[in-house]
Amino acid sequence: MAPKTISEINERISDGSACVLTAEEMTEYVRENGAGKAAHEVDVVTTGTFGAMCSSGAFLNFGHSDPPIRMQRVYLNNVEAYSGIAAVDAYLGATQPSTSDESYGGGHVIEDLIAGKSIDVHAESSGTDCYPRKMLDTTITIDDLNQTMMVNPRNAYQRYAAAANSTKRTIYTYLGTILPRFGNVAYSGAGVLSPISNDPEFRTIGTGTPIFLGGAKGYVIGSGTQHDPDNRFGTLMTCGDLKDMDTKYIRGAAFHKYGISMYVGIGVPIPILNEDIAAAAGVSDAELVTSIYDYGIPRRDRPVIRDVTYEELKSGTIDIDGKEVRTAPLSSFHTARMIADELKNWITAGKFLMSSPSGQIQAHGTAKPMREIHEQPLVRDVMSGRINTIGIDIDIKHIAELITEGNFNHLPVVSDDGTLIGIVTSWDISKAVAHGETGGVKSSMTTNVITSTPDELVEIAVRKMERHKISALPVIDDNQKVIGMVTSGDLSKLLVRR
Amino acid sequence: MKMIVRISSAAHDPVLAKVILSTGVAINVDRADLDATSGEIVLEVPADSCARVANAFEREGASVAVLEHPIIRDNDECVHCGACIGICPVNVFTYEPDWSVAMDESKCIQCGTCITACPHDALTIEIEPE
Repeated sequence: MAPKTISEINERISDGSACVLTAEEMTEYVRENGAGKAAHEVDVVTTGTFGAMCSSGAFLNFGHSDPPIRMQRVYLNNVEAYSGIAAVDAYLGATQPSTSDESYGGGHVIEDLIAGKSIDVHAESSGTDCYPRKMLDTTITIDDLNQTMMVNPRNAYQRYAAAANSTKRTIYTYLGTILPRFGNVAYSGAGVLSPISNDPEFRTIGTGTPIFLGGAKGYVIGSGTQHDPDNRFGTLMTCGDLKDMDTKYIRGAAFHKYGISMYVGIGVPIPILNEDIAAAAGVSDAELVTSIYDYGIPRRDRPVIRDVTYEELKSGTIDIDGKEVRTAPLSSFHTARMIADELKNWITAGKFLMSSPSGQIQAHGTAKPMREIHEQPLVRDVMSGRINTIGIDIDIKHIAELITEGNFNHLPVVSDDGTLIGIVTSWDISKAVAHGETGGVKSSMTTNVITSTPDELVEIAVRKMERHKISALPVIDDNQKVIGMVTSGDLSKLLVRR
Repeated sequence: MKMIVRISSAAHDPVLAKVILSTGVAINVDRADLDATSGEIVLEVPADSCARVANAFEREGASVAVLEHPIIRDNDECVHCGACIGICPVNVFTYEPDWSVAMDESKCIQCGTCITACPHDALTIEIEPE
């Protein structure tokens, strides 16, 4: 069978005879009829995704004031936009937080602009001969702006890591609230509807591909930042005009104890030019695999808990070590479907034509980690190996003597074989004495001890101390034996060394 | 029905036990936050016994409010993601066949987990019911 061309497909779109399916419908069609028949019968497959896409924002042009100002700092509803470009141009990033409200930020300003709401603008400058104005306060709506071009450096991740949490405390991440002891799995991505998952070789998606972006017609600029197709983490850079968008498909978001983001709706049409393209667009959730990572471990390379398909994730529960764990997405499959349907309607109505990319997106390559020239110190580098531990049967008075003689504030309490069972501080001892307690250490010690390990990054140990408002951590080995102590004092020495 | 009971001193007076004994109603404790000076208990009470139980608590000096809408959703803000589904301890939220998020408020115990978990600020707890 001869492959189809873009112009043949566009002719059919224009005369209303094109066969357009959503990616979900295409999966069924290919399963029943095969990719060969699909390539013959289906002209376009529409995809859709709607989720938090932090790497998003918009270029805004305010027009000139009189007297004119070269905005060196500009705030929209107290959210700063980057103004290190021409006088009245700014880039408003989706994740920039408000200076006055931690649950409001760039994504919300963009949503409010699209909604037609009034936005307070405050700008500052040092003043120049040609731009003498030093301060400006006004109120605008989107209609008062010249250009309002959304330019998103990284959108539409092919798939996304799923998150679970092995630790004993709830963590708050860009994938939302992750409950302790594998209480839930959070994931993101539209699976079968995901744009890049339906064209992972980038046979049709490239620079200039017209797309659905936030309810408007937009374009693919090229590959997105951190594009990593070898690991099936391809991304797209996109653009489109805010003035044509709809708040149904662009929403500011705030992740508790994490920060601001923006939900972006994207749909990419895939012209079915041949059987290979049809087969790729016939992909199902059962074939799309991602990994669940332990977000309790705050490192770049988090441990993989297990691999999982989008079919399993969408079923609502999965198995982790014999435990049934609930799964739920941060992205909205409901809205992703609306997007694929709406794009299908645009094409079926003859309002939206396909075009060949004017530039290719690389289907191979990876994203590099950051080059760091200063090695990050580990706890073993700063911990004190001079360990003063005590047994459980030692009395308060004896501990007080040890503390005064040894000039330290924390004493790990260990069992006979050196296993950590508690910690007692000079504060605990003072309190015991003040209450007239003179017995053993047992009633004064803390048993839920926050610990560190020798190969933990100092940065992580510091975060633990800050979070728990403590000033020392016993360092333990794999067998819970105390092998050292790291204190805030050790860490300030590290600062001096730098 | 869900009922929220506030007691001024939780320390020594077994208010809850007294109410259960005096009314003979099988009351389920959904959630209890008690400290030295005050307490707040969310209870599941059979609908036909609500008035009787409420009166009994009030006789013990507690303030009582029936939670008609323990959790309130702003449907303009909800984008039907699912952030609330995975973290709710009592499965208030579920998917409909079209992947929109349904809500069964009668199950809510007002733990508040979903309030902060919602990225779109769509959920609020009814604190002071009418």
